[in-house]
Amino acid sequence: MKVGLFIPCYVDQFYPQVAIASLELLESAGVDVDYPLKQTCCGQPMANSGYQDYGEGAADLFRKNFSGFDYVVCPSGSCTLHTKDHIYSGKDNEPKVYELCEFLTDVLKIKNLKANFPYKVGIHASCHGLRGLNLAKPSEIMGVEFNKPKQLLEMVNGIELVNLTRKDECCGFGGTFAVFEEAVSVSMGKDRIKDHEEQGVQVITGADMSCLMHLEGILRRENSPVKVMHIAEILNGQVPKTQNQK
Amino acid sequence: MAKYQKPKTRSKMKTTPTHAAAAEAFLKDGERSHWHDDTLWHVRSKRDVAAQKIPEWENLRNNASQIKDYVLSNLDNLLLQFEKNASENGIEVLWAKDADEHNQHVLRILEENQVKNLVKSKSILTEECGLNHFLEDKGYDVVDTDLGERIIQFNKQVPSHIVMPAIHLKKKEIGDIFHEHLGTEAGADDPAYLTEAARQHLRQKFIQAKAAITGVNFGIAETGGFVVCTNEGNADMGTHLADLHIACMGIEKLIPRAADLGVFLRLLARSATGQSITNYTSHFHRPREGKKMYLILVDNGRTDQLGREDFRNSLKCIRCGACMNTCPIYRRSSGFSYGSTVPGPIGSILSPGMDLKKHSTLPFASTLCGSCTDVCPVKINIHEQLYKWRQVITKEGPSQPSKKWAMRFGGNVMSKPKLFDMMGKMARKSLTISPRGFIYNSFNAWGKHRELPEVPKESFKDWYRKNRKQ
Ligand code: SF4
Repeated sequence: MKVGLFIPCYVDQFYPQVAIASLELLESAGVDVDYPLKQTCCGQPMANSGYQDYGEGAADLFRKNFSGFDYVVCPSGSCTLHTKDHIYSGKDNEPKVYELCEFLTDVLKIKNLKANFPYKVGIHASCHGLRGLNLAKPSEIMGVEFNKPKQLLEMVNGIELVNLTRKDECCGFGGTFAVFEEAVSVSMGKDRIKDHEEQGVQVITGADMSCLMHLEGILRRENSPVKVMHIAEILNGQVPKTQNQK
Repeated sequence: MAKYQKPKTRSKMKTTPTHAAAAEAFLKDGERSHWHDDTLWHVRSKRDVAAQKIPEWENLRNNASQIKDYVLSNLDNLLLQFEKNASENGIEVLWAKDADEHNQHVLRILEENQVKNLVKSKSILTEECGLNHFLEDKGYDVVDTDLGERIIQFNKQVPSHIVMPAIHLKKKEIGDIFHEHLGTEAGADDPAYLTEAARQHLRQKFIQAKAAITGVNFGIAETGGFVVCTNEGNADMGTHLADLHIACMGIEKLIPRAADLGVFLRLLARSATGQSITNYTSHFHRPREGKKMYLILVDNGRTDQLGREDFRNSLKCIRCGACMNTCPIYRRSSGFSYGSTVPGPIGSILSPGMDLKKHSTLPFASTLCGSCTDVCPVKINIHEQLYKWRQVITKEGPSQPSKKWAMRFGGNVMSKPKLFDMMGKMARKSLTISPRGFIYNSFNAWGKHRELPEVPKESFKDWYRKNRKQ
């Protein structure tokens, strides 16, 4: 099983620790994982802004970079979804694309982890992972509950997971929405944070760094003690760093 | 996008406020926007509780979706069948290709029957056609009898929500409106007291009215009958007292058989408000002795939408409003920020088909979170259609040169690994060395209320080269 690690552009540039944690998690599970060095981006920012055609170059490059792999694994639900929907067409000769959490639960079928994380944690359910990839049962859909990121976090020692009032409300990031609809975006982000704060959360985690970047931006501006960490960091045994505030 | 049919640009206005600007204005009053958000979230929560009680909920949604797919694929024949059966029942069926023809039909009926006073129960279609203003300009007394609609009629507003038209108003504001128009005590805002005042006021109007206009929730092809759902019984009160009943129906409101009705009735009220069924579900088949019944079938852009392959199934909508209640953007920006008769997620995929230029910002008023799609009782892929409208608008909508340039530039960088690495390094470097005021200024919408991420000393790629690939 050859796994290609796809690291979204902004994670590569701004959150290398998330990429390192993802890589180490896969390596420690004994996976043959490689990171193609010529990768850039899946083209989602262009496509979601209505310029899908301008993302074609990125998509072609993506297919080239990951040809020959059995799986592409990515620590972002949103980029994974875009890759599945717009870069590949689900044919047999294409690599299968998985978001990191679902790869751990569904393909590797991880049953335990060594990580220790004695903090109160709130899970931010990012929408594309939730509703697009079915990482958990969305609250709108009726049926049996399941939640893959939570399933993994429950294997971490000492962790205390809280219940939110609105367990899967959008944080308002939405790519360029965050900029073009700044007022709504920030208002949504603040409301999300308030829900976590009211439950006494110390760390907000999730499977999409983009949403966490948006929430972190607000938290740091407001000098909040609440930290954000990507789920890969927690599963890989990292602890919260002390961040510089603004 | 083979079947895509170019929408017309109908707006005469040069500039329409963007959704973002209207939303920002609404959000200035933080207390009100939070109240609005909480109120609608409460409705969404009631919907969840109601849906949880139906073990076959997801099957019901599938059934409803498939029935509506069938309707859209056979609309021509079903409409003819419906017309035939309705006519045989004694209903006069009229066709209207657009809003104007619809309004002219209504006017002619009123003139022929010498009616001056009429009552109306809730109909989003007549809002879409601008019927009230059309008739008022001609000297008619048109009274909306749905309580919420009557309130906004007093207040000279349009509905901000398709099921709860006055949801944007607080109790106290309604008290003030009633005080001004109905003479209730100043400052009184007790709902029971206000409702009673409205009831007394509307009784008079019901008695005076010679014609009653209603919308139609479901037209049944097999029987030629139609169904109107209300919570206040105002449609029944109006139609029972008046000599003529004019029902206005969008051509997509059909279902094939009476047996299909149960599927939709079980979904509609639960999705809308969390009730198991609306208080009144009224079935109309034929006029009573000595009375008249008219049914106007309205197109007004619907066949154009049917011809757009990517967007046709927006016509499956049963107007439950659930996508509005669940939409985190609607909840925080209110219905008015959309500037269209049907606001919220469904409005954002219907309206661009009516007037692409006027509504060009609506498909962008979304994070594509997909909650609308999951809540929709007829399984319209709303968020996917928002994405598809974006692709259309950047090609055919108002031009946005700077955005277009930025996206083309971004696409170019992303297709060239070396350029990408270099640009990344430059961006990180400039963020570390620039003074704060240079980064956080009025051109940086991100930074108005948010910090940018801290800049790491190296990218993952750099780290990987050093630590894994030597
Ligand atoms: S699109 Fe679906 S959820 Fe929205 S109003 Fe129509 S039927 Fe209801």
